[in-house]
Amino acid sequence: MLIGHYNYWVVVALMMLGFFIIIAHGNLIKKIVGLTIFQTSVFIFYISVAKLDGGTAPILAEGFTDYANPLPHVLILTAIVVGIATTALGLALTVRINEAYGSIEEEFIEKQDNQSC
Amino acid sequence: MVGVVVAIVWMKDLFSVVMLLGIYGLLTASFFVAMDAVDVAFTEASVGAGISTLLLLVAVAKTKRKEHPVRHKPYIALLVVIVTGALLIYGTFDMPRFGVADAPGHTHVAQRYIQDSYEEIGIPNIVTSVLASYRGFDTFGEVVVIFTAGIAVLALLSVVGGVSGVRRQSFYEQHSMYEQHKVLRIVSKILIPFILMFALYVQFHGEYSPGGGFQAGVIFAAGLILFAMLFGLSTAQRFIKIAWLQLMAALGVLIYGAVGVVSFLNGGSFLDYSVLLENPVAGQHVGIILIELGVGLTVASVITLIFFTFANRKEQYQIVDSTGE
Repeated sequence: MLIGHYNYWVVVALMMLGFFIIIAHGNLIKKIVGLTIFQTSVFIFYISVAKLDGGTAPILAEGFTDYANPLPHVLILTAIVVGIATTALGLALTVRINEAYGSIEEEFIEKQDNQSC
Repeated sequence: MVGVVVAIVWMKDLFSVVMLLGIYGLLTASFFVAMDAVDVAFTEASVGAGISTLLLLVAVAKTKRKEHPVRHKPYIALLVVIVTGALLIYGTFDMPRFGVADAPGHTHVAQRYIQDSYEEIGIPNIVTSVLASYRGFDTFGEVVVIFTAGIAVLALLSVVGGVSGVRRQSFYEQHSMYEQHKVLRIVSKILIPFILMFALYVQFHGEYSPGGGFQAGVIFAAGLILFAMLFGLSTAQRFIKIAWLQLMAALGVLIYGAVGVVSFLNGGSFLDYSVLLENPVAGQHVGIILIELGVGLTVASVITLIFFTFANRKEQYQIVDSTGE
């Protein structure tokens, strides 16, 4: 019973650590790192669901009848590559913010915004 | 893995954070291998441990290295996180036990893919056949998303004009790794052709072993980026033109879409490869190879493009700094 849910608990722990970085830290690059960790925890969750006891990797071969579920693998494979593309977009925005405000800390950016109003 | 992430939370030095994230990516990839998800592990190893670390590093180099200490205490955030985490853990008790065969995830559509895909598509790697054929339309959407992200990064960061050639040249002579690290240079010179070869192998052998367009694209891009890092950006861009990369990215999406339209014209539905040739299984084969080629082209050129755009911007700023003061 306990061992049966161990994987999901690791997922929850990782997800919450990523979530914590996103809401508690003001540095924009750190926030993107947090987002990446959050994202990875979802990947791990899907892959854990796809695992089958006694199964093998989903490449058909002689002598195997049990395979891990290929569908989550497909979803996550594309999600990883799309994830890196969107991360790059976020980093590009951060770089532009740094050029415009001279800082990537939320506090300083907010302060400058308030002054200009 | 959890330990590494806890370290990431505490670290103030963004450089160490990025390095730790690379380690985390590699650990995740090994976890995926243990979970029988070889294709996914492949992608995660090249993306999570390779490319994303690199892009983050470039971004850190462009901005500031130290994280500013948080002024307010993060107690509210901590409370929110703990409550949410507790609720999620409570939720896991309703989940089926890990790895059992009668879990709902294993009983519905997955069985059909495992049993019938070999007769219908004719290739042993089920992940590739689902990715490229059964769910070809989703994958098309994802390629378009990557393409759009590449365009967006270009729009945000691309440099119009440039610094004059003479100043550029002297800057590179001082700073590129080419002159400074002989060992690195020679080892990578030997490695780069093998990396590119391996990428092509992964691209065209993706139906029989783990691999495919996404992984091959990322590995190919990694080879090109390594080349750019060693010999300096200007040398690299003399061989790999940015305009050319943009064209390649668009061409990849075009190939993918064109395969879909051709199957329209042959009387099938969009991206139904069975009608491409007389024999439906052979048609599937041709279709999958073509669209994987499209995916590989787009992914490789978009990722190289993103790296070049980031790096170009950075170098221009440094030049302005060093000459302006």
